Amino acid sequence: MQTFDLEAQGLRALNSTLHAQADNSNQTHWEIVNPKGSHAIAVGLDAPIEVNIKGSTGYYCAGMNKQATVHVHGSVGPGTAENMMSGMVVVEGDASQYAGATGHGGTLVIKGNASSRCGISMKGIDIIVHGNIGHMSAFMAQSGNMVVCGDAGEALGDSLYEARLFVRGSVKSLGADCIEKEMRPEHITILEELLERGGCDAKASEFKRYGSARKLYNFNIDNAY
Amino acid sequence: MKDEQNGAPRTLPIQSATFSNPVNAEIRRASATGIYDIRGGGAKRKLPHFDDLLFLGASISRYPLEGYRERCDTNVTLGTRFAKNPIQLDIPVTIAGMSFGALSGSAKEALGRGATMAGTSTTTGDGGMTEEERGHSNKLVYQYLPSRYGMNPDDLRRCDAIEIVVGQGAKPGGGGMLLGQKISDRVAEMRNLPKGIDQRSACRHPDWTGPDDLEIKILELREITNWEKPIYIKVGGARPYFDTTLAVKAGADVVVLDGMQGGTAATQDVFIEHVGQPILACIREAVRALQDLDMHREVQLVVSGGIRTGADVAKAMALGADAVAIGTAALIALGDNDPKWEAEYNALGTTAGAYDDWHEGQDPAGITTQDPELMKRFDPIEGGRRLNNYLKVMTLEAQTIARACGKNHLHNLEPEDLCALTLEAAAMAKIPLAGTDWYPGKPGTSY
Repeated sequence: MQTFDLEAQGLRALNSTLHAQADNSNQTHWEIVNPKGSHAIAVGLDAPIEVNIKGSTGYYCAGMNKQATVHVHGSVGPGTAENMMSGMVVVEGDASQYAGATGHGGTLVIKGNASSRCGISMKGIDIIVHGNIGHMSAFMAQSGNMVVCGDAGEALGDSLYEARLFVRGSVKSLGADCIEKEMRPEHITILEELLERGGCDAKASEFKRYGSARKLYNFNIDNAY
Repeated sequence: MKDEQNGAPRTLPIQSATFSNPVNAEIRRASATGIYDIRGGGAKRKLPHFDDLLFLGASISRYPLEGYRERCDTNVTLGTRFAKNPIQLDIPVTIAGMSFGALSGSAKEALGRGATMAGTSTTTGDGGMTEEERGHSNKLVYQYLPSRYGMNPDDLRRCDAIEIVVGQGAKPGGGGMLLGQKISDRVAEMRNLPKGIDQRSACRHPDWTGPDDLEIKILELREITNWEKPIYIKVGGARPYFDTTLAVKAGADVVVLDGMQGGTAATQDVFIEHVGQPILACIREAVRALQDLDMHREVQLVVSGGIRTGADVAKAMALGADAVAIGTAALIALGDNDPKWEAEYNALGTTAGAYDDWHEGQDPAGITTQDPELMKRFDPIEGGRRLNNYLKVMTLEAQTIARACGKNHLHNLEPEDLCALTLEAAAMAKIPLAGTDWYPGKPGTSY
């Protein structure tokens, strides 16, 4: 276990040290102490390492992550795991706006609640939220899966493309072109795997599935307002 | 009627200047279809532009350089503020961002080839970075757009600079739409979307909202790329003083300012023609912002939107820009709107020089299309050669003017070298009206 004191050694030293870890590094476990809400912690990682952040972070924690597992033992600011490509990010606390925005792959687990625009423009990432999510979540979500064990705020899945949304609780309102869809056996299978991956003890049968009505897929003036 | 009966001359029919034939035709088209016109390109209306400025040249009080023999440098370095690896260019004319998807892969390759031969940079666009483009571009600027189509950390690290696109001149405040006709398998895969559907490019970034957020976003991008890459911020010509100020405060190395003549792949005509400012009105305000922050030349200014000739380049630089970018002109150099395709333009209901339905993917020149048959018409090697020639000519023209003004580097051109032909240009460019020492709004004068 390598321990890095962010307050003492600074952000640049932290990220350059983590970037220097190659695929075959034997320094696979890192602990970051004193994050104190700093921005851009552990961004751009590209090695199969595990990073434990002991405290809460600011903006863009684990942004553009590849391969690495980043575990935040606190809450995260806006844009955590934005544009993630692969790997896993786990947040023990809550997440601010835009969690998992534009993520292309990997898994983001938020054990608390996520604020507005969670999964905005997601492009293949899987997002599993144990609590609730805020308004305009999954806006223009293109692909991937979002699992919400709690409730969803207003305008869920507005202008959705092909992402799958699973919500156990209430949905305050659906966004344009987002509809409830049949939960078929293949969706139950997908959801069960996601719940297991996210460490959720909820049952897949308790969820509803939402997806695109695909009425906005080709421009039609009657859809403009 | 009475006059006609008497055999006297009658009043000629008079077309309304307000309800002109084009206006009436558009009203009829709108009433028949119920949809607004979408097109490519920039503003077509006549605007105050570089043509409204003239260089004064040398005289008794100014000493010229010999036209062909004396040195007049053209190089420029972009990104000197924070980046470890600023971009060194041989000429101050760069290629603006144009997306793969809007353009064919071969067209992107040609832009890279031509730019590289000329010693300058080219720029990706919405949709990500293609191998054709990276492989043939010695200096490649990677655009970071609201859609984040094709965005990934590997390409961030293999680019030469990052351009955060906040807006563009053709549609400041607007997003984009790539219609399904151009969404081939390859385009669809790069953008993580189904083939054949219309793809919306968002008008604002998904994970930051204001300048304070932008500063943190820039920090993230710098951390990911080891602080090596210059970071540009591109804005449309809306509020150039404030946008430049905020871009600098957010940490930009370079500000890219695009006037309303700058092209787009597809947007509503009403947006293109009625939102934003001409580039002539933007440059001095952006320079003023840089000067007020003591950042002129420390943060470089790249301007675009209607740059066509070396004279335009020289005028933009005399107004305070460090470099320019061309988009539409580069496409024309490649062969877009060439009269040799006139019959096919006619078949599409248009004519060479006016073709702007780039979004429909039927470009006879094979440039703004994803149709395999049309794409075969375009040779990227020949296209690159033509672009290089054009860039060389622009540079030679700009040098000719600079030498005539006694300047041994294009960067030494200055507002004092210019006069304005019209009141509008004088006011916008803050250049004295020809034959006077005055321009509207000049400090210490009333108007």
